[in-house]
Amino acid sequence: MIHSLFVINNTGDVFMEKHWKSVINKSICDYFFEAQGKATNPEDVCPVINTPHHYLINIYRNNLYFVAVVTTEVPPLFVLEFLHRICDTFEDYFNECNESTLKEHYVIVYEILDEMLDNGFPLAVESNVLKELIKPPNFLRTITDTVTGKSTGVSGILPTGQLSNIPWRRTGVKYANNEAYFDIIEEIDAIIDKSGTTVTAETQGYIDCLIKLSGMPDLSLTFVNARLLDDVSFHPCVRFKRWENEKILSFVPPDGHFRLMSYHIGAQNMVAIPVYLRHTINYREGSGGRFDVTVGPKQTMGKTVENVILEVPFPKNVLNVTLTPNQGKYSFDPVSKFMTWDVGKIDTTKLPNIRGNISLQTGSPIPDSNPVINVQFTISQMAVSGIKVNRLDMYGEKYKPFKGVKYITRAGKFQVRT
Amino acid sequence: MAGNGFQSSYANDKPPSSTGSGEAEMSTDPASSSFFTSDFKRHEDLKTMLDSNKDAQKLEAMKRIVGMVAKGKDASELFPAVVKNVVAKNLEIKKLVYVYLTRYAEEQQDLALLSISTFQRALRDPNQLIRASALRVLSSIRVSVITPIMMLAIKEAVMDMSPYVRKTAAHAIPKLYSLDPETKEQLIEVIERLLGDKTTLVAGSAIQAFEEVCPERIDLIHKNYRKLCNLLVDVEEWGQVVIINMLTRYCRTQFVNPNLDDMGEEEDKPFYEDSEKEDSEEEKEDDMKNKKAPYIMDPDHRLLLRQAKPLLNSRNAAVVMAVGQLYHHCAPKAETGVMSKALIRLLRSQKEIQYVVLSNVATMTSRRKGMFEPYLKSFYIRSSDPLHIKLLKLEILTNLATETNISTILREFQTYVTSPDKDFAAATIQAIGRSASSIAEVTDTCLNGLVHLMSNRDESVVAESVVVIKKLLQMRPSEHKDIIVHMAKMVDKITVPMARASILWLIGEYSERVPKIAPDVLRKMAKTFITEEDIVKLQILNLAAKLCITNPKQCKLLCQYVFNLAKYDQNYDIRDRSRFLRQLILPGENGSVLAKYAKKIFLSTKPAPVLASKFKDRDLYQLGTLSHLLNIKCHGYQELPEWPESAPDSSVRNVEVVMPWVEKPQHSQQKKKKESKSFYSESESSEEEESSNSSDDNDDSSDENSDSDAENSDSDKQSSKKQSSSEDSSSDSDSDSDSSDSSEEDSSDDSDKVIKKPAAKPEVKSKSKKVVETKPKSNADLLLDLDDSNFNISSVIIVGGVASNDTSTGATPAGNMLTPTLASGIIESKSYELLNRITGSGLSINYKFTRTVSVFSPKMVSIELMFTNSGDEPLTNIKLGEKKLQTGMEIQEFSEIGSIAPGMRSTVLIGINFNDTTQPAKFDICTAQQKHSVSISAPVGEIIQPYSLIDSEFTSQQGKLSGMNENSGKITLTKDNQDAKSICMCVHSVANVIQVPGSNENVYRFSGKTVASGTLVLISVTVNDSSAKLTVNCEKMVIGTMLLKDLKNYFESV
Repeated sequence: MIHSLFVINNTGDVFMEKHWKSVINKSICDYFFEAQGKATNPEDVCPVINTPHHYLINIYRNNLYFVAVVTTEVPPLFVLEFLHRICDTFEDYFNECNESTLKEHYVIVYEILDEMLDNGFPLAVESNVLKELIKPPNFLRTITDTVTGKSTGVSGILPTGQLSNIPWRRTGVKYANNEAYFDIIEEIDAIIDKSGTTVTAETQGYIDCLIKLSGMPDLSLTFVNARLLDDVSFHPCVRFKRWENEKILSFVPPDGHFRLMSYHIGAQNMVAIPVYLRHTINYREGSGGRFDVTVGPKQTMGKTVENVILEVPFPKNVLNVTLTPNQGKYSFDPVSKFMTWDVGKIDTTKLPNIRGNISLQTGSPIPDSNPVINVQFTISQMAVSGIKVNRLDMYGEKYKPFKGVKYITRAGKFQVRT
Repeated sequence: MAGNGFQSSYANDKPPSSTGSGEAEMSTDPASSSFFTSDFKRHEDLKTMLDSNKDAQKLEAMKRIVGMVAKGKDASELFPAVVKNVVAKNLEIKKLVYVYLTRYAEEQQDLALLSISTFQRALRDPNQLIRASALRVLSSIRVSVITPIMMLAIKEAVMDMSPYVRKTAAHAIPKLYSLDPETKEQLIEVIERLLGDKTTLVAGSAIQAFEEVCPERIDLIHKNYRKLCNLLVDVEEWGQVVIINMLTRYCRTQFVNPNLDDMGEEEDKPFYEDSEKEDSEEEKEDDMKNKKAPYIMDPDHRLLLRQAKPLLNSRNAAVVMAVGQLYHHCAPKAETGVMSKALIRLLRSQKEIQYVVLSNVATMTSRRKGMFEPYLKSFYIRSSDPLHIKLLKLEILTNLATETNISTILREFQTYVTSPDKDFAAATIQAIGRSASSIAEVTDTCLNGLVHLMSNRDESVVAESVVVIKKLLQMRPSEHKDIIVHMAKMVDKITVPMARASILWLIGEYSERVPKIAPDVLRKMAKTFITEEDIVKLQILNLAAKLCITNPKQCKLLCQYVFNLAKYDQNYDIRDRSRFLRQLILPGENGSVLAKYAKKIFLSTKPAPVLASKFKDRDLYQLGTLSHLLNIKCHGYQELPEWPESAPDSSVRNVEVVMPWVEKPQHSQQKKKKESKSFYSESESSEEEESSNSSDDNDDSSDENSDSDAENSDSDKQSSKKQSSSEDSSSDSDSDSDSSDSSEEDSSDDSDKVIKKPAAKPEVKSKSKKVVETKPKSNADLLLDLDDSNFNISSVIIVGGVASNDTSTGATPAGNMLTPTLASGIIESKSYELLNRITGSGLSINYKFTRTVSVFSPKMVSIELMFTNSGDEPLTNIKLGEKKLQTGMEIQEFSEIGSIAPGMRSTVLIGINFNDTTQPAKFDICTAQQKHSVSISAPVGEIIQPYSLIDSEFTSQQGKLSGMNENSGKITLTKDNQDAKSICMCVHSVANVIQVPGSNENVYRFSGKTVASGTLVLISVTVNDSSAKLTVNCEKMVIGTMLLKDLKNYFESV
């Protein structure tokens, strides 16, 4: 399926290649560079590129392109999803996945790639299995290895997970403190139009877990209002039948960090929009324009809106902006014409405001549309959909774990048209 | 060096300072940017490191070499030095050498052959990981000379005990095939075997091999179809994708079209005319038709759809898409709706995934818009989307437009038009045009909006709107005089050639509606003719010709002037055109014949252009494929076949008879004898499957027979094949449906793994099979007899025969071994009373330990409960009530028994995890009438399961479990009790253990493991004439003592 993989950095340097079948020369990447050259920004490169004999399927992540070469028909999503999974694995191993970490740990990277695919078909992908086969880098171990002259990075026995029917969990897990943390994160995707009415709003939720439990715990998580979740996707550990019949999340968790479930609450449901923007942006022929934006809280259920950031992509013919915020800082990038205003907390007694002048290039026509403002914010201790965990029970082990649930709502793709 | 190295090479390339020759290495960093440091010297240094006898140095060298490989630098000249290290003991070195070998073996074929013998040896390693990686490397060495070796290795590996090795074998098949397509026939045989594999780990890879080698051999799937469907949920995600895609194709060849009635209509109807209303009417019609000739879906077809549906909730986008396309291509139209929600969810994933999903949705919406209409807002475009995603969303929004939602869509479009991204704005205008043409109600609004856009400052926007207006006007030319006037006025301002040309064409075509303006436009054009673009010039000629026909008085001279200008144009197209037009419009004296018809030729009404979706023709391709995405036929694309007119024979999918054992309780008693006889005549090996569907097992065991044959010798193989084929054909003939549900499949799978794991080291197989093989025919017959009656779990005991070392490991030849003692040693499992007929007021319950691995959990002891209704009232709703268990104990309930008629029996299976204690499990049995408290306690021998060991392992384990863990006692044996057979009998009656093969005649050894914790239990009986010494070794002292006591009591009572 996947023939070869090339990792390319922002400057167009192919700094890593791996072939699972016969070798394909890296000159194949020229087709990719050609497509990249046509795109105005890195995200615009088409994910699937057709060349005379090969097909290049690529993803762009953390300023790196991962280009997979395939020669025959294959479901493109299969390859895309797998490339993302490779990146996730690297992030899992090295905490981040960028050029310098990949170069630093190239041997492990290469071993992981070798283990993940066999003849281009996935072999061992589960993080828990991989981590037993190839140990993640660890400062202490590096020292002992250097001192003893032995290498303990590779395991000689097949992890039991690979053969068991719960491949995601390794056996023999032991912790002194048994903890289970659940983060319920909801992101609001919304488009707000000029007049402040909501064009569309959706909620996307995730339950991210950090589980540090010894042995083979069998957890079940129940919600107060599970009906809210009409469209869900699960980590393979979740017993689907149980959910379907009783709306209980019953699972034997993987060890460590993982995403238990994600859900989507569609545009048909009402979403409480927590912030509003009052804005006047106008351009005048010759002299430039005025910019005046105020942010305020709307339906926040009494919680503070934090980490508010506004991003305004100005049109290309804007020369500069001179603004004065009454709170926070702003910056303007004269190349990309991006104005970023880091507001911080919204204080309800004195609403954050930013105002000032826009200067246009002399002689250029005034832009015919106002920029679309991207808004970011975080509200902690609240899930906008109203979802609430009822209880968490553990079976199969005797100890009493420490349990914690955290709710966060934040902006996803939250855009205000002006 | 460090700073430099960080930029251009990997940090780990830094040479180790411990090697002593630090300075030399500093200058010879293999991956450093300094190319001109002598290559020779650099590699020399690595070679010395590789030749050193210190692992640390070798490892360092290998790491640096892998660094070069990773960077794509040539390291081929190190091949001889590296290949020597293939025998390295250190695993990491070994791994890196493997990495290097697979990369360069192709280039250094001769040298690569040196390493082959190492792999061949590793293929027999007791460690499954080593076997698997040896196979992986061996098959990745693309040297054609070794294809026979690869073939042999693959054939062996597909019969490996470890599913992991079998998985790698499946991966190796396409490798071999690409190296040597001649091997196809042989490989198909191997694939056929792999397809029959029941473990979820192997399934995906087996299908992938099938798809790459012989996708046309759809007949191989028949037998495995139901199994694949049932396993689907438990296969790993990547396998699911491959399996679903393959099954989609299978589905198209084996079942009839579920949408047969409405298919034709849908095809004929132009998509842009269908509206909601028509749709619903049509559906009604469909319903009518359906009533006339009801379509009944094949149960197998239904099975696939049902099993695939939960996968829509997978976290893996590829799986969701695969299910989506399955439903799109194979499900009845009414059911396709289930996938839309899941596909919408995918739109929230990474942008690359969005792109692929959107292009598939675009195709779906061009056919069936109703499915995605409720999710219209999810396709609204954000300014931050990449351009290709914006265009796709636009396409979908246009496809989804109906009379009811068009106003909201148009409002949305309005904001897009002002986007600073001009390509996107232009695409939006086209989209507006398409919506306008498909929905008559809004055409006017759209036209007005577009006319308004013509005063836009941006040229490309204006041009695009002109072109779109032209197309729209062409469809409905009757009105809109003022628009044409307006456009005529704009000729001066617009500079984009395509737009100018469009305006000129419009004026020419509808000149009679603007009789005053048209000649004036021509006049202006004539003036600027020479500076125009070619495309505009051609339209000027057209306009001139048309005006000359309709209004010769004013235009003839102008026309002549234009033609003259064109005659001397640089472009030959224009010269030709002018010459040709002149002949028609301004004929000379001898007048052309055609000139009379000039008016008809030029001013006939032209058909309006059709504004259709770009994605309409894409549904030629299967959704979700690369071909579909690129809209070209990719290499290796498998055409999705059309539905067959009538379904091929469905009985080909029947495997064997499996009866749900609860449903026919009345048979249980009478059949048991017969069953046990046939079963034990061929004593199952420990790797045998548990028997919830025992007829299935029959097939299995015969399969395994042939496995072991093949390993032994080629001649054996022949005979065994004959056997299995006869088996196959005979089982074909009896047709009954496989009704085992997925849960059964799952658990059987579990147990499979569980039993196999311990046996991973040597391949243990039942010696007694040899006996069976000598008369395969009769055996097959016997097995067949069972088919309709095998529902009873209780009688299959995992009685391992005498295990022997596999011949392939080269240990003791099988001939010297003790003859099997168990062939006749059937242990009738004891039945205990749980509830007395009198206390249970009519209901009596007996239980027995089945000694199989529990289908519910490997930690549970499997117990069969037999309910007998000895009263005269039917007993109803029998179920398990409250459980009073000790901590750590678990009980798996049975599903409620509806009712038992008087005099009837019903058998169910429960699982109890006794947590390795002999404490009773207390629980209630409830009937509709009453509640009975009962308790089951397991004798210590029953909480043990067989675990096969070889002689030497037994001794070493026994050595470890001495002292406190050892319990021994003396027993006296009666005369007829001293032979091997009866001793085995006795031990097996007490404990569920397996005999360990050994050469010492007076020592009998048995081994097992406790069910819950897997603690080893070893029993040995040393016979000394009339007395014997019993020794039990077990880490859990309580179990050891109790077992010894039980054994002693039993021996004395016999």
